[in-house]
Amino acid sequence: MSGVAGIFKGLFTGRVAVIAVPFLFLLLFFLFPFFIVGKISVSEMETVTFKDVLSIQEGVIQLTLKFSNYVFITQDALYFKTYLASLQYAGASTALCLFIGYPFAYFMARAKATWQPALLMLVMLPFWTSFLLRVYAWRGLLAEHGWVADALVGLGLDHVLYALGLISTPGKLLHTPFSLVLGMTYTYLPFMILPLYANLAKMDLRLLEAAADLGATPWLAFWKITVPLSKAGIIAGSMLVFIPCVGEFVIPELLGGPETLMIGRVLWDEFFSNNDWPMASAVAVVMVLLVIVPLAIFNKYQAEAQERR
Amino acid sequence: MTAGSNPWFGRGWLAAGFVFLYLPIVALVVYSFNDSPLPNVWRGFTLRWYTQLASDQELLAALWLSLKIAFFTACGSVVLGTLAAFALVKYKRFTGRTLFSGMVNAPLVMPEVVVGLSLLLMLVSMQRALGFPERGMGTILLGHVLLGMAYAAVVVQSRLQDLNPQLEEAAMDLGARPYQVFWLVTLPMISQSLLSAWLLTFTISLDDVVLSAFLSGPGSTTMPLVIFSRARLGLNPSVNAVATITVAVVAVGVFAASYYIAHKERRRAREMAAARH
Repeated sequence: MSGVAGIFKGLFTGRVAVIAVPFLFLLLFFLFPFFIVGKISVSEMETVTFKDVLSIQEGVIQLTLKFSNYVFITQDALYFKTYLASLQYAGASTALCLFIGYPFAYFMARAKATWQPALLMLVMLPFWTSFLLRVYAWRGLLAEHGWVADALVGLGLDHVLYALGLISTPGKLLHTPFSLVLGMTYTYLPFMILPLYANLAKMDLRLLEAAADLGATPWLAFWKITVPLSKAGIIAGSMLVFIPCVGEFVIPELLGGPETLMIGRVLWDEFFSNNDWPMASAVAVVMVLLVIVPLAIFNKYQAEAQERR
Repeated sequence: MTAGSNPWFGRGWLAAGFVFLYLPIVALVVYSFNDSPLPNVWRGFTLRWYTQLASDQELLAALWLSLKIAFFTACGSVVLGTLAAFALVKYKRFTGRTLFSGMVNAPLVMPEVVVGLSLLLMLVSMQRALGFPERGMGTILLGHVLLGMAYAAVVVQSRLQDLNPQLEEAAMDLGARPYQVFWLVTLPMISQSLLSAWLLTFTISLDDVVLSAFLSGPGSTTMPLVIFSRARLGLNPSVNAVATITVAVVAVGVFAASYYIAHKERRRAREMAAARH
């Protein structure tokens, strides 16, 4: 079985086609575009469009690489602040999701077995309704006289947020770091809950009984057994929240304010408002570099989880 | 029994979590019936935002385009996602498998601005070199399939891993050809996950702002783009009305689908039980 005959045989059994079709699609439309972005990020911008990196002038091939975008990004204080702020907001949202989501997933996994499918359904249902509209709804809830704004102000919690530096004026909640982090926490909470639930529901409860028999208090058993065993779920959930949050655009645009700079918004403005494609590309390359380590962790976890089952 | 032995603490936490998750949806629905152009100030019941929608040409055209794109996205994503899931589950060894599985999973978390920008710049370069494609419905569709395929692959993959390989082996032993095994044995067994993947990718496409903004051309404005541009300007009751209709459609759709899936599941369990006797 060799050559053309082999390929035909392979196609017939489907193996080659099953792998090649999605593989080529992803290579062409997912991986290859990143190289184009890399190339354009070092291209020169001409009046309306970018210049090709390689050009032929008088029979000589010229390679023009312009690294000034990167120099600018690394030296400009505003850019640095933006990158840092994006990581901070994403980190804060991830921590909040974990704080709300871990007990939530835990109690879900320990609820009566007959209840669990319904609870799972209830967690997933908001995911089916438009994300854009749910984020938009927070504008109404947090605006002056919105339900949540009235409740928080009524309880005096706006002063706590003010003391924490999350809002700049007591009583004004929208378009602040607070509303931005709240919006991202809200949007990505199900992405934290679902992997944690999947992990915690599989746990062997006899381990806890053994710990109790050996004299551990429930609290000690929780920290020594349940939490370490759910490490994979914690990592998966945190990555699923953190990575998209770093590059988030819609939530900062609708719920953030002028002082909440985020990198996704900067990229958007460079591209759509300033029409500076090389600069937008350079911002994208730096963003990929920022998320590449969490991305690798996530991929490793995904691959492991898929092999182990 | 476990940490936090007071069951009410657990129930309270779950209840508070669900309030958090559902509060915005409830608020959207309530204020869509508010007879005041000022949101947050209740002034009585009205249906006028709904009647206004019926004559909102911009929104209706965008909705129609979005529905078309979502339909084709869902179909394309399920086909490609199923192939990818098959490749990853059935073939444990092939050249570039690590790269492949990375590329299948990466769009799930990769910031959408990066995916949108890179795909657009590639298409622009392609258009310079080859003269096509024009930006429009086709390019939006391409971006959505790229994203949807990743979600479809995850859904189908988890179902494929739960399948009993003996059923396929038995079919082969009885003389079925590989494509017959696929069409007659494997496909019926994964049909529910294909349905869930289809519905999921349909909603993802119908909801997408960022990829659509990068990949749309003149005259191809999708519904989320219209809603987004209105929402950016401030609160707008017409957006609430659209939201309420979406919530109603999704609720009906999801309940019907889950009823159907539960029904099939029960029937399969019965058949399995019957087969064992």
